[in-house]
Amino acid sequence: MIEVHGLVKAFGLKPILRGVDLSVAEGEFVALVGPNGAGKTTLLRILASLSRPTAGEVKVGGHRLPARASEARMILGVVSHQPLLYGDLTAEENLRFYGRMYGIPGLDQRLAQVLKTVGLWPRRRDLVREFSRGMQQRLSIGRAILHDPQVMLFDEPHTGLDQEASAMLDELLRQVAARGRTVLMTSHDLSRASDLADRIDILSKGVIAGTYKRGELGPGELPEIYREVTHA
Amino acid sequence: MPEVASLPGALGVSPSLSFGSRLRGYLRAIGAVVWKDLAAELRSRELLGGMLVFALLVILIFNFALELDVRTRQTVTSGVLWATFAFAGTLGLNRSMAIEKDRGCLDGLLLAPVDRSALYFGKMLGNLTFMLIVEAIVLPTYSVLYNTNLFNPGLVLVILLGSIGYVVVGTLLSAMAVQARTRDVLLPILLFPVILPVLIAAVKASNGYLQGLEVADILPWLNLLIVFDVIFTAAAFMVFEYVVEE
Repeated sequence: MIEVHGLVKAFGLKPILRGVDLSVAEGEFVALVGPNGAGKTTLLRILASLSRPTAGEVKVGGHRLPARASEARMILGVVSHQPLLYGDLTAEENLRFYGRMYGIPGLDQRLAQVLKTVGLWPRRRDLVREFSRGMQQRLSIGRAILHDPQVMLFDEPHTGLDQEASAMLDELLRQVAARGRTVLMTSHDLSRASDLADRIDILSKGVIAGTYKRGELGPGELPEIYREVTHA
Repeated sequence: MPEVASLPGALGVSPSLSFGSRLRGYLRAIGAVVWKDLAAELRSRELLGGMLVFALLVILIFNFALELDVRTRQTVTSGVLWATFAFAGTLGLNRSMAIEKDRGCLDGLLLAPVDRSALYFGKMLGNLTFMLIVEAIVLPTYSVLYNTNLFNPGLVLVILLGSIGYVVVGTLLSAMAVQARTRDVLLPILLFPVILPVLIAAVKASNGYLQGLEVADILPWLNLLIVFDVIFTAAAFMVFEYVVEE
């Protein structure tokens, strides 16, 4: 579902990604971990067609980026650490706006469905700027799943959430994965990543420095490997 | 927690759809962006409030600064009006794009499966609406303060054409400036040199109508406004995608 070969991204003369090779199969949940500045967000932004690669090949759902970005965006849902929501609109108005942008048929019904799913139906008429960080992130997930995308990209979705909100987010992530959606999530939290994902890829210094499937590693092994790989 | 149900059928604007369907999707996206901007502004009144207060203060300051006789006042009217519109417009353009940037909403817009020029036209029409609302309030206020009759259909046409030219360029440049840390300072620096032909033509044409000149004398300025509007709308349509992308 996601194919990346030899991806290079540089801002000016500064290379961020130095030849990333990554493949995520349909229905797979991959967690991308790595230290700050490793290029996790840059990689996700390229996959989301928000940034152009400097070199290399990127395909999402078979659509080559950036040439077929519009088609790729139809099957993509993105949750970032920023909510991507308008504070002066209500929860329902925000989703209605995005629903119109995606041309979703039967929008009223879908809005109700999604708002109930993320537990914000009773607060649907409240302004988003009055929401807590956790509620905003739940609504952000609602925005991302509104058009029922096949591929979901999560960029450090747990940032700034308290324990309860994080647990709720984990539950939503599990639901998305259980429905056979392809998920790529960046995270700093190794234990959460290994708990949720089928596979963990370590991104370090602009390349994928290690790939580990769930069950391959013993308890407590991942942090040790992570330290070795990222400090090598 | 209930599970999210699947949505049947294709969503968004697909190139495989007919031209009519794609056009409907394009127009729907433009309408959605305009609706969103108006709905948010109706609630917060941040953008219009700021533009209006600033515009009214500018004409009030000019009123006291230029203690002129009635005849001289008429000759400076178009200059004062367009200076007011240009300064207030910059505030509005900055704010309109800052709203998109602050919570990462610009990324939300860019993730939509629509041609990015639809986002540009949506933002542009929203900005034009705000600009025209401010102008509709400033004109009668100016008339009262300066004791000058501004109710002239020709002047209204010039204001419309000038505002379109201003907003067409301003929306594009504000999308560029919003990426920078110094966006508040950067926009006027980028905007005013580019917008100069519009401001000169608009001032000259407005002055012509207020002085009661023949249409033939005003026509070259009107033509310049129309040509500027058309060229820059086409240019913005072509380059907006590259402006908003990293």
